[in-house]
Amino acid sequence: MEMLSGASMIVRSLIDEGVEHIFGYPGGSVLDIYDALHQNSGIEHILVRHEQAAVHMADGYARATGDVGVVLVTSGPGATNAITGIATAYMDSIPMVVLSGQVPSTLIGNDAFQECDMIGISRPVVKHSFLVTDAKDIPEIIKKAFYLASTGRPGPVVVDLPKDCLNPAVLHEYQYPKDIKMRSYNPTTSGHKGQIRRGVKALLGAKKPVLYVGGGAVISGCDQQIMKIAEQLNIPVVSTLMGLGAFPGTHKNSLGMLGMHGCYEANMAMHHCDLIFGIGVRFDDRTTNNVEKYCPNATVLHIDIDPSSISKTIKVDIPIVGSADNILDHMLDIIGEQTNQDPSANASWWKDVETWRAKDSLAYDTSSEKIKPQQVIEVLHKLTNGDAYVSSDVGQHQMFAALYYPFNKPRRWINSGGLGTMGFGLPAAMGVKMAKPDDTVVCVTGDGSIQMNIQELSTALQYDTPVKIINLNNRFLGMVKQWQDMIYSGRHSHSYMDSVPNFAKIAEAYGHVGMTITNPAELESKLAEALAMKDKLVFVDINVDETEHVYPMQIRGGSMDEMWLSKTEKS
Amino acid sequence: MRRIICVLLENQPGALSRVVGLFSQRGYNIETLTVAPTDDETLSRLTVSVEADEKVLEQIEKQLHKLIDVLKVSNITESAHIEREVALIKVKAEGNMREEIKRTADIFRGQIVDVTSGLYTVQMVGTSDKLDAFVTALGETTKVIEVSRSGVVGLARGEKVMKA
Repeated sequence: MEMLSGASMIVRSLIDEGVEHIFGYPGGSVLDIYDALHQNSGIEHILVRHEQAAVHMADGYARATGDVGVVLVTSGPGATNAITGIATAYMDSIPMVVLSGQVPSTLIGNDAFQECDMIGISRPVVKHSFLVTDAKDIPEIIKKAFYLASTGRPGPVVVDLPKDCLNPAVLHEYQYPKDIKMRSYNPTTSGHKGQIRRGVKALLGAKKPVLYVGGGAVISGCDQQIMKIAEQLNIPVVSTLMGLGAFPGTHKNSLGMLGMHGCYEANMAMHHCDLIFGIGVRFDDRTTNNVEKYCPNATVLHIDIDPSSISKTIKVDIPIVGSADNILDHMLDIIGEQTNQDPSANASWWKDVETWRAKDSLAYDTSSEKIKPQQVIEVLHKLTNGDAYVSSDVGQHQMFAALYYPFNKPRRWINSGGLGTMGFGLPAAMGVKMAKPDDTVVCVTGDGSIQMNIQELSTALQYDTPVKIINLNNRFLGMVKQWQDMIYSGRHSHSYMDSVPNFAKIAEAYGHVGMTITNPAELESKLAEALAMKDKLVFVDINVDETEHVYPMQIRGGSMDEMWLSKTEKS
Repeated sequence: MRRIICVLLENQPGALSRVVGLFSQRGYNIETLTVAPTDDETLSRLTVSVEADEKVLEQIEKQLHKLIDVLKVSNITESAHIEREVALIKVKAEGNMREEIKRTADIFRGQIVDVTSGLYTVQMVGTSDKLDAFVTALGETTKVIEVSRSGVVGLARGEKVMKA
């Protein structure tokens, strides 16, 4: 049998797992692994400028491909810097393995240099974690880490590696396990047959049904099945922020995003429906408004692979635990050629929906002399034929991108939905670009968010990662300002960026192309010019109207149908 | 309502901290918690008593199941079950009091397990309610110096078993 050191076993295990990219930053505790990386070919390591960005890059890579993202950081500050990224991946159920260095096991607990209890500090934000105590266990633990990260409800798994387990001078027998079984971990995938039959019956009998799709639908890859059900039964589809693309945004049955900043028609349809069919959603507080007043007439049918997502916030009438693609296949088999039991009810339901849609809740002022952020996203959509990978940071620009860039395919919309992590957009876009080098990858960001990981412009130069950065620059922390305008009587406490840098010059200083757009008339031509530079990272800094708000916006404490539609109009 | 939840989990370092962390992270109140290895040395059995309504209980059970190290979760409160807790109670025992404390311990079927010239240590096994009552009764007789309680352990009655 082959004899390898602990450090070499890590690298070989990753190769045997099929890993092609690994994102990381070296340090004392992981130097043996870095040396093993140097001596083994087959894995490309991306050296970031901050560990948080390494995790977001691996995250973007995983979101675009569905593969497990892999991160390597050192002990202590390397590990703590990774935490925000890990928490981001955890909240959005992203498959990821994070390898963290640790001080030698003899020093653990001694407050050694760069020591930090990574297992403890990461525990609330990981699916699982392993502390290696014997180098011989490395291949099995790596196998388990990938298995856990990628199956069931995916999530990040941390493997903490004390330095003595990596010692290049001590060799162990190496064999990578073919498969793994864990008696305490058996995720349900197939779904209870009786529940599935009950679900189909409720769906066919509903007079005002809504399909409500979320991130789980993207993860399970059930977009084709959702399409079949929506078309055959002619049901309107609403999507969560995380579900965008699981059902085509430009399809006639799509009512767009629901929730706090959801489209009027999506929120109205939810409020008035008699059946909610949730697929891979978790009835998160940004999508329900006040749970006491939530969708008063609705029967709730809910598919999720995680039983704890069922009846957590909203009581579910027909729960089905399992993988959405399997369950929907099964439901489609039972439905066969059947259609709605009452076609006239369906027609009347669509009449209601069309009335709400006619309200055109995404309309905005197009006569302004300032560039409107909505307009930027619409132009971007047009120029990229709606086919780009779009990452975002967090704030107004994120909502504008989600609302004004209809995604027709899953895994194209890359954003931090659950944790809401500013600084996610640029590194995530870079991770996507590394996975999809031939595709257009755009990072829609704002002047606040981009400065939270702007140092990665340096990484982008080193690895030639020509993403396009669209900075909706309003010289404010826009979403904070919007809340201050609406809830705090316009008191802009610390939401003004008093010294916004010259972003175009920053981009140039990092060796990229910088561009500034201030004139609405130039918007389309300059954006087209930026997008045409296929092999360059272009930072497009766009001066947008700082007074703009994101609408619709649900009224706090209200039901789904209570929204501000503009600064002056309520639903 | 007070619930007793039994958990079988892998006897791994860190497994207990995941369970304890889960309770604090999600705002569930632990009343008592006990844990020890079982007859199968690869497994630990943990018993936790919590104050929770139906909805919270459902989430606690689901969230516990979600932990990778957890094999089985069982709420034994609803059906017939046996629950026991051990307490060691150190009380002041001087003069006439010594006889009275002995009588009280006998009534409750407690045992005096340590004696000094001025102190008794009494051991008591029973349900938590019984232990509460005993401590109160002792307190009416003498001064309670120190109390150490084990927390609840429990098993379902009859054929029902929880094994890996």
